[in-house]
Parts: sequence; C-alpha cells; structure tokens
Amino acid sequence: MSAGTAVAKMTQFRDQPWRLWARQVWAVMRMDLGRNFFSRRGIWIYGLAFAPALIVLLHVMVDRAGSDAQLYVQSETVMLAVLFQFFMRLSMFFGCMGIFTWLFRGEVVQKTLHYYFLVPMRRDVLTVGKFLSGFLTAALMFGSSFFLCFLLIYLHIGAAGRAFGFAGPGLGHLGMYLLVVVLACLGYGSMFLALSLIFRNPIIPGAVLLGWETISGILPSILQKLTVTYYLKLLVPVELQSDGWWALFTVVTEPIPHWAAVLGLVLLSSLVVAYAAWRVRRLGINYVSD
Amino acid sequence: MSQSIIFENVSKFYGDVLGVNRVTLNLGPGITSLVGPNGSGKTTLMNLMTGLVRPSQGRIELLGTAPDQPDELFHRVGYCAQFDAFPRGLTGYEFIYGFLRLHGIDPAQADILTKEALERVNLVAAGPRKIAGYSKGMRQRIRLAQALSHRPTVLVLDEPLNGLDPMARAETIALFEALGRQDMHVVISSHILEEVDRISDRVVLMASGYVVAEGRIHDVRQEVKEHPVQILVRCSNPAVLASSVFMQDHVVEAKVIPQGGGLLVRTVDPSSFYNLLNRLVSQGLVDVEAVAPADEDVNSIYQYLIGEGGTA
Repeated sequence: MSAGTAVAKMTQFRDQPWRLWARQVWAVMRMDLGRNFFSRRGIWIYGLAFAPALIVLLHVMVDRAGSDAQLYVQSETVMLAVLFQFFMRLSMFFGCMGIFTWLFRGEVVQKTLHYYFLVPMRRDVLTVGKFLSGFLTAALMFGSSFFLCFLLIYLHIGAAGRAFGFAGPGLGHLGMYLLVVVLACLGYGSMFLALSLIFRNPIIPGAVLLGWETISGILPSILQKLTVTYYLKLLVPVELQSDGWWALFTVVTEPIPHWAAVLGLVLLSSLVVAYAAWRVRRLGINYVSD
Repeated sequence: MSQSIIFENVSKFYGDVLGVNRVTLNLGPGITSLVGPNGSGKTTLMNLMTGLVRPSQGRIELLGTAPDQPDELFHRVGYCAQFDAFPRGLTGYEFIYGFLRLHGIDPAQADILTKEALERVNLVAAGPRKIAGYSKGMRQRIRLAQALSHRPTVLVLDEPLNGLDPMARAETIALFEALGRQDMHVVISSHILEEVDRISDRVVLMASGYVVAEGRIHDVRQEVKEHPVQILVRCSNPAVLASSVFMQDHVVEAKVIPQGGGLLVRTVDPSSFYNLLNRLVSQGLVDVEAVAPADEDVNSIYQYLIGEGGTA
C-alpha cells in the first residue's frame, strides 16, 4: 500500500460518523439494558448468577475455621478456585446463553425486530449496541455475584482472611477472577450471539459448544485457540491439582503470557461479533416462519 | 439522483413459496395504492421496498438508494408496517421518542418531533399511557406517528386504515391527501377500496405475486377492453336516449335508473357513444345534466381484473 493510499484510508476512517454511531449504540443499549435487568425472563439468569453466592453463604454459615488460620485460608482459597471453575463453566456459560441468544432471537419471537430495522442505522451498529448491552448485563450480574462470593469467603475467616483477601495476595486474585469474568462474558457472549443468528433453537448448538469448550484441553493446538476456555484457563489465578478427569478443566498444555491470552480472546470475540454483524446485515424479517 | 421508487424485474421467493414475481414498477411522487387480495404480494412488495426482506432477484431503488443501505434509506423513508407488536412496557411517547433516539437524534429534537408526531395523529393525550392499554385503532395511529415522526419524504403504509373508527379514518385520509399534495411519495396498501380510490393518484393491482395492472386509474380502466365501459348519463329524457342507443352495435346494455337516476349505458366503444350523445343533444332530443364514467374506480377495476374470488 502506498503512503497516499494509507493516508486516504486513514482520512476515510476518521471521517466516519463515529459520534452518530456512538449515540445509536447508546440508544440501543438503553432500550435493551432495562429489559435485560428487569424483565421476568431475567429471573432465571439472576438465579444462575447468584446460585454460587447462595452456596457460599450456606458454606460460611455452617463451616467454622480450624485452629490453624493460615491453613484454613489456603483451603478456602482452593475451594473458591474450585467453585470458580463451576461458576465459569456452568453459571456463566448458561447465563450468557440466556442473555445473548435472546438479543436478536427475542426480538424475532416478540415480533419487534423491525423497530430497529426501520431506522437509519447500520446493522453493524445495531449488532454492536445489542452485544454491548448483553455484555454489560452479564458482566455486572456475574461480576457482582463472584465479588459477593469472594467477600463472604474471606470475611468469615476472620483477621487472617481479611489480611489475605483485602490486603494480601487475595486482592490480586480478585482482580484476575474479575478479569476472567469479564472476558468470559465477552467470549461466551460473542459465541452465543453468533449461534442465535444461525440456529432458531440455540439449545442443541449450546450443548455442542459446551462439549467443545469442555474438551478444549485435549484439542490440537490450533483448535484450542478457537475455544474461550483456553484463554480463560491461562488467567485463573489459583492453580488446581491436575489429576484424573479434573485435569480436563485445569491443565494448560500451551501456556502463553497473560497479555497474549487477553488479546487472543478479545481478537477471537471481535471476529465472532463481526461475523454476527454480517449475519444481521443479511437478516430479513419473516415473523411467520420464525 | 432518481426521484422515483424503482423495481426492476424483482422476484421474491420464500423457499418454494412465491412472494412476488418479476415486478417492474416506477412510482413517482403522489399517492400510489397497492390493491389485491390476501397473499397477492402487497406486504412483500412493501417489505422489499424497505429492506425488511431481500429480493431473490432484481433491483430496487428508492430515490436513488438501495434498500440494503438502511443508514441512508430511513432518513427519507417511513414505514408503517402491519406488525401489531411493540417493545414491551413502552408508552406511546417512549415508543416514538426511543425510535427517534435510535436515529441518533439528540434528546431535545427527539422530544419536539415526538410531540409533533403525536399531534398529527391526535394521540397527545394518550402519549403518556402504556401502549399495552391502547385500542387497536390507537395502536394503528401510534405506528403511523412513528412512520411520520422523522419527517420522511417517502411514506410506506401497510393497511393504515385497519382498525380505525370512521372519524379517525376520515382524518387519516385527509392527512394522506395533504402529504400527497406536498410532493411526497405515499405508497398505501388497503382493502378499503372506496377510500383508496378517492385519494390515489395511481394504483398497482396485484394478484398471486404478479402486478396485474398499474398506472392512473383512468388509464388502467381503458386497458380493460374485455369489459364494456359503463357511463351514467343524467338527462331530461332517459327513455328517448335509451331507444336511440339500443340501435347502436357498440352498446351492450342500457338501463333506465328509476326516480330520475338517469341512464346507465354499457358500451365497448365509448367514443362512438359520446358522438351519438352529442348528436342527440344538438338535435334537442335530450337535455343532459351530467355524464360520468360509472366504473372508472378501483373497486370496478379490481372486480374486472382480479374478480369476486379475491378477498381484498
């Protein structure tokens, strides 16, 4: 590419109506966020998100610290890491499925998609707005749920727990866990958004995706990079034992730096959202057959 | 840039089912009515026009813009679709305001345009109420307000008179007439043929996915050769006129309408009939009050071309 062409492309890029698109994305998000958080359909997603917090609450109510506080902190840290695996692979997976597959499919089922299609808005902008509303919903729900789990675990241990959780290495763990939550919402969200635009019923493809993500660790190297779990596993702050079937969830066969994992997942998600936008551009409205 | 709505050899198939086939149209400003029975392809044509469905083949252009460029198209196009569904929980005001915000219009301007649109359809008082509590007619009007709210130059209206009470219907028709006079493109589908007839500049008749006829109503009627033209003559002496026209080969039927209703003549050659009438008048045999075509309306043309079988 010559310098002149590069400058022309840069100018063209800069001259796009970015402010208009930002306003439109925000308008889409405003409409969707209220529905995501306050509709009756959101109840089961709240259930999925906050079930782990409820489990932890029950745990801290019945469990008592032993004589060795440091050992207890360690065992609770491992317990939290185990819980996080289930949280990430079940709660977040199915929660994101509920949120993101409904973004467009819900509009089709309720016969309201034309409301968005009849405005002077690029379909790509609509896709981004819808995706971001789903992402914000999921990140807030699951992030706050895990934050609650973390608080409950380390507060109930006492002084040693507070020292570890809020002044020691636990704070770093919390940061990494929340980063994984955000990235999981990004990764799973993009996958489910795209699947909802390919299949009318997302349950079967959702089950296939669950299987695909579960066996991520034993896939060939190149295929591993097409799974969300591969990147997330690299970022989980507490290493767990890797014996037996549990190794499927914990072993990282090809470690890469954290920054590369974050970048990789963001890139993968962006590609999937771009594909979803392409599908939306070609989407016609035929509520009868849908 | 073209100032017309253009369809060039457009077909749309839903799998094996035909939506519309080989439609070629060029619609200028004014009011165009799409008329045809259920399933004739009217809604498909409107959805194609607005990019809600994509053609299987052919080219569509609205004032120089293709329907697959919504960011360009909907600055100038408003579509009042037939879908009677609304995003949940919205009031009439929020429905329009949210729609305008999706356009990217700033809050103050969106507020002004929303109020203006509600006023145009007489829903100012109902604006703050939830749409879920609206009657069918009110839902129809709020959709119309949505289509008008951003002041488009092309208005596509799918059965816009459905569910409206006579008063609202009259007001809505007056609104369409006013919009048509402002050089807007107004495309209406309706099964209320008498009212469509009154306001249309041109008509597109559809049956089974095909355009059966299109053009100005008078021109379309002239093309229907197999059905004799009906002419109503109000005159002083219809019996004399009837006896004269009966001798003409081109006259198929002449019927005296009682109580001074005049004479209804069916002829295959209207020009010859008019010549005859002139002669009779100049000879002082009849005194004519009025002469008018009796079947130069959408309803008659619809019956001739599509028939009684179709349910409009």
